[in-house]
Amino acid sequence: MNKANQNNEEVRLMKGNEAIAHAAIRCGCDGYFGYPITPQSEIMETLMELEPWNTTGMVVLQAESETASINMVYGAAGCGKKAMTSSSSPGVSLMQEGISYMAGSELPCVIVNVMRGGPGLGTIQPSQADYFQTVKGGGHGDYKMITLAPASVQEMADHTVLAFDLAFKYRTPAMVLADGIIGQMMEKVVLPPFTPRWTEEEIRKISPWSTLGKRPQDKPNVITSLALQAEEMEEINMRLQARYREIEKTEVLYEEINCEDADYIIVAFGTTARVCQKTMEIARAEGLKVGLIRPITLYPFPKDILKHYAAKVKGMLTVEMNAGQMVEDVRLSTCGKIPVEFYGRMGGIVPSPDEVLNALKSKLIEI
Amino acid sequence: MNIADIINPANLVYEKTKVMNDTPMHYCPGCSHGVVHKIVGEIIEEMGIQDKTIGVAPVGCAVFAYKYLDIDWQQAAHGRAPAVATGIKRLLPDRYVFTYQGDGDLAAIGTAETIHACNRGENIAIIFINNGIYGMTGGQMAPTTLKGMKSSTSPNGREIPLAGHPLNITELLAKLDGTCYVTRQAVHTVAAVKKCKRAIQKALENSMENKGTSIVEVVSTCSSGWKMTPADSNDWMVENMFPVYPMGDLKNI
Amino acid sequence: MAKFKGAVVVNTERCKGCDLCVVACPYDVLALSKDANSKGLNFSYMSTPDNCIGCMACATVCPDACITVYKVRNDL
Repeated sequence: MNKANQNNEEVRLMKGNEAIAHAAIRCGCDGYFGYPITPQSEIMETLMELEPWNTTGMVVLQAESETASINMVYGAAGCGKKAMTSSSSPGVSLMQEGISYMAGSELPCVIVNVMRGGPGLGTIQPSQADYFQTVKGGGHGDYKMITLAPASVQEMADHTVLAFDLAFKYRTPAMVLADGIIGQMMEKVVLPPFTPRWTEEEIRKISPWSTLGKRPQDKPNVITSLALQAEEMEEINMRLQARYREIEKTEVLYEEINCEDADYIIVAFGTTARVCQKTMEIARAEGLKVGLIRPITLYPFPKDILKHYAAKVKGMLTVEMNAGQMVEDVRLSTCGKIPVEFYGRMGGIVPSPDEVLNALKSKLIEI
Repeated sequence: MNIADIINPANLVYEKTKVMNDTPMHYCPGCSHGVVHKIVGEIIEEMGIQDKTIGVAPVGCAVFAYKYLDIDWQQAAHGRAPAVATGIKRLLPDRYVFTYQGDGDLAAIGTAETIHACNRGENIAIIFINNGIYGMTGGQMAPTTLKGMKSSTSPNGREIPLAGHPLNITELLAKLDGTCYVTRQAVHTVAAVKKCKRAIQKALENSMENKGTSIVEVVSTCSSGWKMTPADSNDWMVENMFPVYPMGDLKNI
Repeated sequence: MAKFKGAVVVNTERCKGCDLCVVACPYDVLALSKDANSKGLNFSYMSTPDNCIGCMACATVCPDACITVYKVRNDL
């Protein structure tokens, strides 16, 4: 890496996984803890190559498992530090316990899931089959996790930074939910400028709950998700739910293309949204008025914009690399006002623009 | 001299450490946990490290350790305390970080985290309460339950063909290159408490000397789980636990 | 005559009556009371206070840190 340019924004060509590593160092991340798994191993490999402990002081540690990784993140996050981990689907399944604990203990952190096909050991090819696990709460208990779905290498970098911001704003875990394509493909990316890591004085101000050691004037800080009294536990749940409502009100992000005059709207995220953008262009060339809505936050889900267009279009097609998961949220958002159809491929297959167009025609237009 | 004259602040020789607060501990009468909590608090007070110490509480009877000692704490998921402590210590290397774990937490569900934290030589202290039983959940068989020892899930005594052998994890940890101090202690007598206190203090001191991981196993009683009085539990422990988990240092570098 | 004279104060509300201090006391100073605290537990007390030399054995083994010990030189 060109060290002379480290302090500024920098235009580079790199893999999505590499962009995450660079963005993490640049945004002042304090610690990364991970375990190798395809197709995201380049994240830790890049970090180990860049040796940020010699520059920003960021700690990078290869753990013995994903279970250990997420709990190392728990420990670091409990100290008010910006901590993250990354994995792919089977590894993220192992992390669910830790994610639930972090949600319950109100700890901010960033988890990157570069999804691969499942269930089980599945395949190393790209997939979007962890949508339910991510946005519906893969671990136990009533919690929600802010979920960002990058569709480009640029967004891999941007979302890493944004995920930390949101995680600390709401004291909650945030996930960057990518897939194997976004992780592996190379694109131009503008890397964010360098932001210094927080000092302990800053951490005590930003996160007064953090366990940095009880000074004589402080009460002890305790990071826990345990409350044996039912009333107390309900109160904690109500506090979390109030925060989720705030997130839903404030943090929705989506991209909308050609929807104003559209008769049909395709809804897709991540890699699939890129495929569907091409579908939309082909359809438009054929004279079909097709628009695209790409949810960028999967939680909070962009319900309102879908509800808005439900009153204007003839139908929507949700396209995913799974058996149909986000489509349920699209249907809930559109309240049954219009037909919402689904087209998906599974097991690591990426649908082509043509097959999506055929699906659009056969399921919505030519019936 | 009558008692009223003796009971005078000028004559005070022992009182509850100020690091331990007045919250009544939830432990059963006679539980070893209380003694170990108390000496941890005393060490922290005597070393003057209350502002530099972060404890990691387990899942198990000691889950509420954070209620009793006035230091910063993190409560870990079951078995994950060494991983949580790793995260803390790696980012706050100038703090005293210790885990406080029972045998189920450390030697069953958290075996991987324990072994790998020790093998990396994390500069933490691990306080390991081994009473051979799952106390919190009502006396089930633990990895360290002795052969023939009764528990609610081995009502006729632990049978080796069915349940395997008692796990001597401390011996295993002593063999790892990452550990610098591995010792087995108890708190059943005045002498034992004093020795155990010195051991835990040494473990905490080691954690600042970049020497690797220190483990203090405290062979303990669970009078409720063992269904004996606290005094009888101590006797039973000496007679039955000590031969399998002998007292003393296994490693001291 | 013992060189030291001692006395202990038991936090009777905190005491769970586990009896370990009674067993640990080398001079049979302590016993469990017939009275119970608000939790119904028979707390420890000095049944033969004259024997106490302030050795702190009881306080050292007490799992609930409920014993405070005082000690004076007998010749003073």
